[in-house]
Amino acid sequence: MPFLSNHLLSVVLFTPLVGAALLCFVPRALSEYQRLIGNLFGVLGFLVSIPLVRHFSSGSGDFAFKESADWIPSIGAHYALGIDGISLLLVMLTTLLGMLAIFSSWSSIQLRTKEYYILLLLLQTGMLGVFMSLDFFLFYVFWEVMLVPMYFLIGVWGSERRLYAAIKFFLYTLAGSVIMLLAILALYFNATKLTGVQTFDIPSLLASAQFFPDALKGWLFWGFFFAFAIKVPMFPFHTWLPDAHTEAPTAGSVILAGVLLKMGTYGFLRFSLPILPHDLYMRGKIIHIVVVLSLISIIYGAVVCLMQKDMKRLIAYSSVSHMGFCTLGIFALTPHGLSGSVLQQINHGISTGALFLIVGMLYERRHTRLISEFGGLATPMPNFAAIYLIITLSSLGMPLLNGFIGEFTILQGAFEVNHAWAAWATLGIVLGAAYLLWLYQRVVFGNVTHEVNKTLPDLNAREYAVLVPLVIIAFWIGIYPKPFFAVIGKPVERIIQQVNPEFYHNVSPIGEGHSASPVVGAAARVDAAKASVTVVEGR
Amino acid sequence: MHSILNSILNYVHGDGLTILPQMELLLFALGILIFDFLLAENEKHWNAILALMGVAAAGIGLFMQGQRFAADIGYASEHPDQGAFPGLLGFHETIVVDGLFLVFAAIFLAATALVILLSIRYLDLEAEQQGEYYALLLFACIGMMFMASGIDLIVQFLGLETMALSFYVLTGFLRREKRSNEAALKYLLLGGFSSAILAYGFSLLYGASGGFTGIREIAYSLDRRMTTTDAHGVTDWLVILAFVTIAAGLFFKIAAVPFHQWAPDVYEGAPTPITAYISVASKTASFALLLRLMTVVFGGSQPTWVFLMAGVAIASLTWGNLAALTQNNLKRLLAYSSISHVGYVLLGLVAGNLTGLIGIVYYLLAYVFMTLGAFATIIILRQRGIIGDEISDLDGLYQRSPYAAVLLLVFMLSLAGIPPTAGFMGKYFIFQALIETHHPVLAIFAALYIVPALYYYFRIVVHAWVKRPGDAAVPLISDAQLVALTVAAFVTLAAGLYPEPFTRLAHYAIGP
Repeated sequence: MPFLSNHLLSVVLFTPLVGAALLCFVPRALSEYQRLIGNLFGVLGFLVSIPLVRHFSSGSGDFAFKESADWIPSIGAHYALGIDGISLLLVMLTTLLGMLAIFSSWSSIQLRTKEYYILLLLLQTGMLGVFMSLDFFLFYVFWEVMLVPMYFLIGVWGSERRLYAAIKFFLYTLAGSVIMLLAILALYFNATKLTGVQTFDIPSLLASAQFFPDALKGWLFWGFFFAFAIKVPMFPFHTWLPDAHTEAPTAGSVILAGVLLKMGTYGFLRFSLPILPHDLYMRGKIIHIVVVLSLISIIYGAVVCLMQKDMKRLIAYSSVSHMGFCTLGIFALTPHGLSGSVLQQINHGISTGALFLIVGMLYERRHTRLISEFGGLATPMPNFAAIYLIITLSSLGMPLLNGFIGEFTILQGAFEVNHAWAAWATLGIVLGAAYLLWLYQRVVFGNVTHEVNKTLPDLNAREYAVLVPLVIIAFWIGIYPKPFFAVIGKPVERIIQQVNPEFYHNVSPIGEGHSASPVVGAAARVDAAKASVTVVEGR
Repeated sequence: MHSILNSILNYVHGDGLTILPQMELLLFALGILIFDFLLAENEKHWNAILALMGVAAAGIGLFMQGQRFAADIGYASEHPDQGAFPGLLGFHETIVVDGLFLVFAAIFLAATALVILLSIRYLDLEAEQQGEYYALLLFACIGMMFMASGIDLIVQFLGLETMALSFYVLTGFLRREKRSNEAALKYLLLGGFSSAILAYGFSLLYGASGGFTGIREIAYSLDRRMTTTDAHGVTDWLVILAFVTIAAGLFFKIAAVPFHQWAPDVYEGAPTPITAYISVASKTASFALLLRLMTVVFGGSQPTWVFLMAGVAIASLTWGNLAALTQNNLKRLLAYSSISHVGYVLLGLVAGNLTGLIGIVYYLLAYVFMTLGAFATIIILRQRGIIGDEISDLDGLYQRSPYAAVLLLVFMLSLAGIPPTAGFMGKYFIFQALIETHHPVLAIFAALYIVPALYYYFRIVVHAWVKRPGDAAVPLISDAQLVALTVAAFVTLAAGLYPEPFTRLAHYAIGP
């Protein structure tokens, strides 16, 4: 089927949409069929994305599976898709978590099932579109479209304060997005003035942006910054997050934490870095501000976690802390920081997604999320306790599990640039261990404090099916992360060469010591080798 | 006999062609007034059908004009020595058929057709099914078309008054309803006042230009006047006064702050289809007039009035959006929201470059269909014994009528400016124009006002989608209403998902 193999990304992108369209025609009374079709397309959405991994070659670091078609020729907007290693991982994360989120709703959603599955599938198309778009106009459309289904998922199926949380989420994100729209338009206008070609093509716009005056680049950076900082969310733009995550239904929280937040970091990586001013003073100031905000996010998020009484809210705040690591890694502007950040985004999707699923399972049994309502769950639910422990350890960065690899690489990257950054961030890891273990202790260990909890059923087959894949991936990344780094390596190298070419010219001793890792690209190794040769000759 | 026919044919090919659609509408409007007497009380629907036929006939006339226009453009491009081609001129160069007129006239006809479709059942419920209603709708449409095609102050003013007088009557059409009467009186008094100011401005232009009424002659003599005043370094207060009075008169018609106070009351009191009609068609027509005057007559003095325009735009955005936040009456809410939309369109004029003008046309096109769609949903809520214009009347619409609820969501997203809808594309062009003309602060203001706008549009959505239905019944939707809703939604989505043809249309309206 040459058509399908040439349009692989479109197939992945629109499979959920087809499912949503089909669901529209299922009568409202037949909720069993709706559930079946919803799950079918969730699984299908994941299956059609597997060929992406099989056929992806990490050779050049360029965008693969490219597609392009005219959309609005009079303004130069195209329907253009393509992915590199970074987007590949995020796309796979989206399809995987999308499938699990749909599957996890099997019994917990009984009300208005038809619309629920339609919205989840629409949301999936929107998120995939964001990661796949190679056209700014298309990117913006997906970026905004995705807000609507999320609004309804929170607003209709959420808990008590759902309407407040939903509109807060929508308005916050929208405020950032409209400013980003203006930044996109300014980028487009100035690039058109420079090249004389009207196009929204992302690579060529970012290439033209290299020739902009630094002042303009600074403005553009801040224009994009708010949209991404709100999405990540970075302190002090994070206040929508605890509400939205807490009030959303389980699947909504999983998608929010697992995928939506990554859109912010993805934006930083893809769009903000290439438009950093060249002028070292201006750039230094920008990076300083962003890094300090990241560090505040890491520590503030962790400290707030210690105070939470509501499990879901605690995990929501932990996202603020964990995402702070991701932004720290990005703005360290080193290969280690960047690739660690990408991996940590995946890790956070896996671990926090799983934590939200776990809280959802408890909520389904007890209809409360208060930590004080639980305790001693190890007795009635031993298997649950085991899986929960693995996920907790993965989230807090235990070696052999995924979180460790990501956080370690980020810290390494940060350390190469500034020791103090790494030191403060490490404090966040300590606090992270504290709040996660304390939560685990209060929920699982000790005596069973509430009579109802004694008879809670352990995990059922469906719940295993949801959690076990995540546990397997957590171990996989923790034990053998090489394939992941191999996929990320090339695109990261390209970004660093574009943004921070000096890095490869004066590789610091610390960087050199680790240059055997697959992260540092070939060019760097050649440079490092040359450097050592000169050192030898000098002797 | 033969010679009479010949002269009629000649007429139709010459001057007559330039007003062909208007004449067709007039014929049908008069026909309705006579035909109405022959109809029994329960056959009055035929008036609506006749009116629709009139709109269709006018559409065909418009198409013929378009054909001729295209042929003449082709001829002009082959003979560039004969000067720039202004369009088909008629009646001693007082009327023009050009891209702007063709596009706007098409919008008016589409809006009129949709309003007729929406009116039939509404008038049945109000027990006011009468022929005059449809005749007046067509008269209003004729007035609007002359507003778009007039390039002479007198034709423009007559067009404006034809439209306005029809609207005064239509607003008070529900004779037994107190709110409707009050609205009509308010509209009449304030409308008359604003028309007087506008006429005063026109008279100043007449004097300042040395006795011309054609806008191109006026523009020419104003340019000469400006060179002399500039040379002497004096401010030309006469022209400024003319600008201010004309702008004030038209700001009233488009309901821009600070001339907006009539809008919420009139919107609330008028029969809902008429509210929709005033909101979309009258506003669009006034913008067509404003566009012609500002680009032709005052085109040369753009830098002097751009601040005034920007101030009015920002005031409209601010007041419209903030006042809409707390409204519980849907018609009032949409009135305030339409004030904010005026702000966006005026920003296109502030930018004033090609993108800005295209943005104005695109925005108006989107605005017509999305606003008509939103009003159509309110009209559907009007059922026997239910007025249905409070926000709580929407409760649980999704359970009662999923189709209407889905379309309502589309309209609200478009009004707020969320892609992929027509409303987003309209805003896109306006923002792009502001960036191109180096007005970043205005752009940021305008963009951030999307946030409060989304809040009040989503209040509507929440009532329709999340709130549970009370004891409200399933709304009965007539076939005509269903057609109108579907058409409005189709255009709203099509202009967002595949904007290319609509962009071309906007290009066509503005010309090269």
